[in-house]
Amino acid sequence: MAPLENLIVLEFCQYMSGPSAGMRMADLGATVIKIERPGTGEGGRQLAIRNLFAGNNSVLFHTINRNKLSYSANLKDPSDLIKIKKLIEKADVLIHNFRPGVMEKLELGFRDCARINPKLIYGEISGYGKEGKWQAKPGQDLLLQSISGLTWLSGNKNDPPVPFGLSIADYMCGTHLVQGILAALIARSKTGKGALIEVNLLSSLIDFQFEVITTHLNDSGKLPDRALKGNAHAYLSAPYGIYATSDGHLAMAMEDLKYLAAALELPQIIPLAEDGFTHRDQIMAAIASALASASTRHWLSIFEPADIWCAEVQNYDQFTSHPGYLAMNLEQSITLADGQQLKTTRCPIRIDGHIFRSSKPGPEVGADNRQLEQTLL
Amino acid sequence: MNKPLEDILVIDLSQFLSGPSASLKLADLGARVIKIERPKTGDISRHMYISDVQMNGASSVFHAINRNKESYIADLKRPQDVAKILELIKKADIVMHNFRPGVMERLGLDYNTIQAIHPNVIYGEISGYGTEGPWKNKPGQDLLLQALTGMCYLSGNADMAPVAMGISLVDIATGGHLVQGLLASLIRRGVTGKGALVQVSMLESACDLQFESITCYLNDGHQLPERTLQNNANAYLGAPYGIYKTKDGYLAIAMTAVNKLGELINCQKLINYTDPAGWFTYREQIKAILGAHLSTESTHHWLAILEPADIWCAQVQSWRELLADISLKETIKTQRVVMQDGYSFETTRCPILINGQPMLSEKGTPTLGQDNEHIDDTLLADLIKEKSVNH
Repeated sequence: MAPLENLIVLEFCQYMSGPSAGMRMADLGATVIKIERPGTGEGGRQLAIRNLFAGNNSVLFHTINRNKLSYSANLKDPSDLIKIKKLIEKADVLIHNFRPGVMEKLELGFRDCARINPKLIYGEISGYGKEGKWQAKPGQDLLLQSISGLTWLSGNKNDPPVPFGLSIADYMCGTHLVQGILAALIARSKTGKGALIEVNLLSSLIDFQFEVITTHLNDSGKLPDRALKGNAHAYLSAPYGIYATSDGHLAMAMEDLKYLAAALELPQIIPLAEDGFTHRDQIMAAIASALASASTRHWLSIFEPADIWCAEVQNYDQFTSHPGYLAMNLEQSITLADGQQLKTTRCPIRIDGHIFRSSKPGPEVGADNRQLEQTLL
Repeated sequence: MNKPLEDILVIDLSQFLSGPSASLKLADLGARVIKIERPKTGDISRHMYISDVQMNGASSVFHAINRNKESYIADLKRPQDVAKILELIKKADIVMHNFRPGVMERLGLDYNTIQAIHPNVIYGEISGYGTEGPWKNKPGQDLLLQALTGMCYLSGNADMAPVAMGISLVDIATGGHLVQGLLASLIRRGVTGKGALVQVSMLESACDLQFESITCYLNDGHQLPERTLQNNANAYLGAPYGIYKTKDGYLAIAMTAVNKLGELINCQKLINYTDPAGWFTYREQIKAILGAHLSTESTHHWLAILEPADIWCAQVQSWRELLADISLKETIKTQRVVMQDGYSFETTRCPILINGQPMLSEKGTPTLGQDNEHIDDTLLADLIKEKSVNH
């Protein structure tokens, strides 16, 4: 049995943070129903990356909304609102990522919903919490990365701020929302009571940086210092970083510098290794010039048998054709209404050895109105 | 009930970051977490991370990850210590580890063994690359996972070497997934009474982290991500998405109609880009024009124009600026925790609010083995009494 089977989740969400939380609960067996405005549906349907669409919706939409149902309703129409409240009566979980105040105006705020269904777990994502001037600011991933200090951790010392090239604020916040909801469901099985779970993108990015912000708070407020070249972590000492070889790039994690000094014939780094952090740039430069002289494969053949922590820097072609990728069955196919197949990633969690898959695509707007009205309503 | 996991007991045999970051979340949500550590050195990250910032004898990073936990020393190579751990596990709801495949089997602490003595335990397991395939014995280290999974070609500009993301994000994502799987299994246990084996790997989590870009790659004829030459913030998005230098700092601009942006900032060349499809196709040209234009004035100058028009933009800040922002004082609140020896420090807090309450705890980081005596006297009292009678 999938662990969340029999749970009903209503998703009043758009774009990524909320829908990624809905996706994970769907992966784990919940029935996730997107509540969408008639016609256009949620904004994420038209948000494409690389202008890539499949049918009426972006491939991105299918990626985030696989395995869900859609119920279309005009939340400003009283007769639709009655139906939505009926659905809320039957639901275990409701999630939304509207800006603060929007759900309350629709009479669908936590208090309203708790009156309809006292056992409901009500999950809410905002951008910055619910204060002052920030409430009205868009909770958008790049903006959160920029505000949270995150952009000063990647790239080299003399580079401008470098953002993470994926939607990390949305992703982490969706993860945290699922954690809070599942914990509240566990408590509900003992107390019988619902709960309000609140997360916001900024708090999630602060949590994401918990190691380095804690260091900052206890290090007289010192700011991160990226390595001059090949930086991979502002707070880790040499050799931690990425190095060019004669035909590609090699990533090296934390390693004993004495071993490297011998293996690469670099006796000059031994005295520097005493204080590896202070001399980081010098040591990394010496290692870089040694590694540049031979191929990635050459270095792997020396380092891997010695259990030196290193890896080839691969692109998606190399990664997705590698036997290590293929052995783990990392993809699944979803089938659109017209028979078109899309390949996508799958749930990263296995339970009792079982891999969770579903061929269900992102739903068309209102695709499940009839079925839901016949069953739940 | 103040915290949702208040009566849950977790025996955590993991070290470094992936596992311990998961048990930190469980602790913050109310669970009691007992960290099992080897004698003398303990969790390697007490000392291995060389952030050069030591706090009360351990690395700052260890404190951040392991506050709000107890520490119990056990030598898993000694049968009498393994017996104690098995006894603790019998009383636990969750047991978790992140050893390489095969280690727990050798120690007699694998799922099959545990399940035989405690059928409704939730057993969580983190590996680097899963238990199948040629990578299964590779070290599950964050940067190596970033390197192998294509992630280093997403950040930075096109003319840069591959750029690692400067946080151990694969570890953190994997820990996040483990928490999800463990909690989902506890929910199922509430219904069926049955335990579960929850397995996650850093490889699977790294794919999930990149679900948008890998899916795009798999469906557009295997085109590799192309970072833009300048101001890259997402290889898959059109202009203006990126970070731009201003006269006195940096400004981030997210998805925005280029022609509308051109009108607002009075840049004629941008006003001509009226076709939304062109914002991706001509993103290099657009970014070059926009970059040159924005560099002529201060960040505040541009914010004063763009924010009232609801353009998605923000100034790029350091932590110093973030933590000093009083308009965000609720959201950026930290917490102070205290160790048993009185040492106290400031750290971040759990990002989840429940019924309006933050999930705070004053409990600091444990020193190695600080809770052995107490745990021997309480959870293990029966076992230890039995032993002394037998001898």
